[in-house]
Order: sequence, then structure tokens, then C-alpha cells
Amino acid sequence: MKRLSMVAALVAVVAGLIAGLNVRADEFTKADLERWQKEYMSVVEKGRALWTSPELGTNGVACAQCHPNAANTHPETYPKFQQQLGRVIALREMINWCIRQPLEGEPLKLDDPKMIAIEAYIAYERRGVAMTPGKH
Amino acid sequence: MTRTTRRDFLKTTGTVAAMSALPLSMVELAFADTSKNFTFAYISDAHIQHISGTKFVRNWDRGLIRAVAETNLLVPKPEFVVFGGDLAQLGTKEELDHGGEMLSKLNYKLYTVMGEHDYYYDLGEYWSKLYGPHHYSWDHKGVHFVVLNSVITFDDWTFNRWPSAAQRMLEMAGLDNPNGSPFMVGEKQREWLKADLAKVAKDTPLVVFSHSPLQKIYKGWNFWTDDAEEVQAILRPYDKVNVVYGHVHQIQYNQIENMSFNSVMATAWPWPYPQTYAQAKQALPKLTIPMNRADPFFERDATGWQFIDVNTGRVALKYNLYNNTNRTVAFNPKTGQPEDSMFQDPARMIDPQVHY
Repeated sequence: MKRLSMVAALVAVVAGLIAGLNVRADEFTKADLERWQKEYMSVVEKGRALWTSPELGTNGVACAQCHPNAANTHPETYPKFQQQLGRVIALREMINWCIRQPLEGEPLKLDDPKMIAIEAYIAYERRGVAMTPGKH
Repeated sequence: MTRTTRRDFLKTTGTVAAMSALPLSMVELAFADTSKNFTFAYISDAHIQHISGTKFVRNWDRGLIRAVAETNLLVPKPEFVVFGGDLAQLGTKEELDHGGEMLSKLNYKLYTVMGEHDYYYDLGEYWSKLYGPHHYSWDHKGVHFVVLNSVITFDDWTFNRWPSAAQRMLEMAGLDNPNGSPFMVGEKQREWLKADLAKVAKDTPLVVFSHSPLQKIYKGWNFWTDDAEEVQAILRPYDKVNVVYGHVHQIQYNQIENMSFNSVMATAWPWPYPQTYAQAKQALPKLTIPMNRADPFFERDATGWQFIDVNTGRVALKYNLYNNTNRTVAFNPKTGQPEDSMFQDPARMIDPQVHY
């Protein structure tokens, strides 16, 4: 897979050079936007699948059991002073708190693709809400 | 052996602490014949969840064990207990047996309501072996009580859509699952209800227990009964109608004409209010002053159980909230609606009651 994608990247670079030297980094098309959105949504879907599955824990409990549609997770308020922990934390630390406590599972690495997927899903369900960092 | 002794000691001290926290002083409200006053307890939504073998989710187990233990300590003694549905998480024999064992510790007569988590594995067959019919009624000291199974859905969804009973149960168990299907009482039970009420005088207080709200709040999470209006039409001719429902894992109350609606807490976990889902644009009945936001670091916060009286012909619910100030929501005859005894005036609301 890795080798294939490297070859694909090389082909793309060469094709870009041949296609014309006037390609600008800050130009993109509607098709690009659609593709990028699709990439994002594919990760959101992975996040939703994790959110509703018992896979993150050991006791069969899923995030969605307490947080339907990721409600009551307040992603727009992070980073914030998590008063129960006595320090400012990022949302993903709370995600790990939930994986450890109610789900009785092992915390994810903070840059684990699963962690990114969960965060992408939470943010997607909260789209349109104004940022309020620090709010309790 | 030492461990058992220590645990027993902790249990005893826990019991003493719990006793001191309970609202044991009952206010007797004016009823023509006070000898008819009585109370009952209401426990709901335990969601006992099987892991494997003899293992169950500890958190949910503790919620039900605590509610049963505290209910057994009540003074004055409740005359019966109602369990409001969702004893199990996935409707299996293991879960119903494990939860049933806990409920069997109650020192009182028990009435049970069917929840969707009890129903959609075998359509209530094993539940019925333990608790009998899915809908029934009885009279107690001048009040007519009715239990309905409000979690039935379309036959096509129930019988034709899923490859297995376990899959059907899983699909209905996800509160926000778009593959779910709306709850209803259904025509058969509505006909039964009409016939049952035909022999009840119009001034007899009615108390109806259902798992889902017999009113429409938010369809996305099935805080909803699809034929609510039809059921309400059957109840409308009665002067004093009370509907008590579980399923929502939060405090809700509402008044529609002569009908009072009150929800009860879960013993397992709390749910967010529908308006906190940014894509839902749904509001609760205006009357409801929400419960406090749950603090996840306190495992039992925003769960609890209820102590109820019907002394005015309308239900008064005393919510026993672990790690939180208890609340009372009772019908106010002056305003003709259920109200919180402390917080009904919006000026008295406290910050933790603001959900977003």
C-alpha cells in the first residue's frame, strides 16, 4: 500500500510538471473541495462507527450510550480548565478519560487515527456552534 | 473472609449515610380522606448489561442495587414499587435474570413496565415469564393505575427487516440510530385501554405508566410515541390524568389540558436534553426546569429514583438524586400544572440547570 501510494504521488508530481508550470499552490477547483470534504466525511464515518461500537472498551459499553449524536461533549469549549482534574486539557484527554472509566478500556495515543476520527465525528455533530474556549 | 467483613461494614455505613440523605418527612397534602393517602416508589431504566459469562457492567449494576436498597429503607413504607422499563440492555435471559434478581430484593409488591431494551430481542417473551402481561390495570385506594407497552413499532420493521433477533435488538438499542423505528401503543392496546377505562368513573384519578413519553418531544431519540394523540384522546374525558414515563433518563414535565406528564430518572446513566444536540433544533416542554448537568466524574450523578404520592389525585414526584440536591415536582392546583417546588420561577434557576 505504502509503495503504491508513493508511486501515485510521484506520478502526480511528474504529471503536474508536464501539465504546465503555471500551477499555483493556492488554486483549487470545486472538484478538489468535494474530494477533500469526502476525505473528511470518511473519517467522520469512521468516528461514528467507533462511537457506536464497543470496540474502544472492554465491557461492551459504547460512547453513544451516554452521548447520542455526541451530545453533551461540548467540543467548542476545549481546551478548558477541567475543574475535576484541576488543569487545562484538550478534548482528546476527556475522550481518553471516558475510554478508561465508563468503557473500562485502554487510552488511545493522542495522535491515533482512531482518536482523530472520534474528534472529527464529535466536531461534525457540533457543526455551526460558536467557539467558546474555556467555558464550563 | 476479611474482605467480606470489610465490605459488609462499608455497606452498613453506606446505608446509614443514605438514610440520612433521604427525604423521610412526608408532607400530607389535603385529600378528603387522608386515610387514603399512600406513596409508591418508582425505579426505572437500569440497563443491566451482560459482558460474558458471569460478568456484567459494574456501573449499571451499582445503580439498580443502590435504588433497591434505598427504596427498602423508606419511611413511610411505599405501598408498591413500579419498575419503569429497560431492566436489560439487550433483552437477553442473562440480563433479565440478573436484573430480576436485584429487583427481587425489594420488600414490596412490584409492578413492571416493558421497555424497548427488554422487548426487541424476543418480543418480550422471557420478560413475560418473569413479570406477566405487557399491559394491565389495577385499582388502589381510589386511584386507577394502568400499565401500557408503548414501545411497539411497525410490523414490517419488527418481523421482516432484520436477519436475526439479536440484530433487531441492537438496532433498537441505539438511541440515535437512524435505523430505529418510532414507538407506539398500537391499535390493539388502545382498544383494550378504551374497554378498561369504560368501567372507571370520570372523576377517578388515573395514573398511566408507559416506558416512552405519551407525548411527542424529540423523534430522533424516540422521546416520542407515534400514536400519542390517539392515546391522549382516550384519556382526555377523565378529570385527573397522570402519565409517568421512563426512557428519557432525565427530568421532564408537562401539562396538556387535563393531562399531567412526568418523567423519571434512570438508575444507569443520564441522557442529554434534546436541545443540546446542535442539529436537532428541538425544545423541551417549556414548563420543564432541567435537572443539573451531569458530572461524569461522579459515577451516579444525574441518576436516581423517585418517591411518589397521588394525594391530590395528581402525582407528586420526589426525585432522589445521588450527588445532587433532591428535587420535587408536584402538581400545583392553583396553576393547574406540575411545578418544581424550588426552581419553577426562572429567576431561581441555577447555572448547572443550563444545558447546551
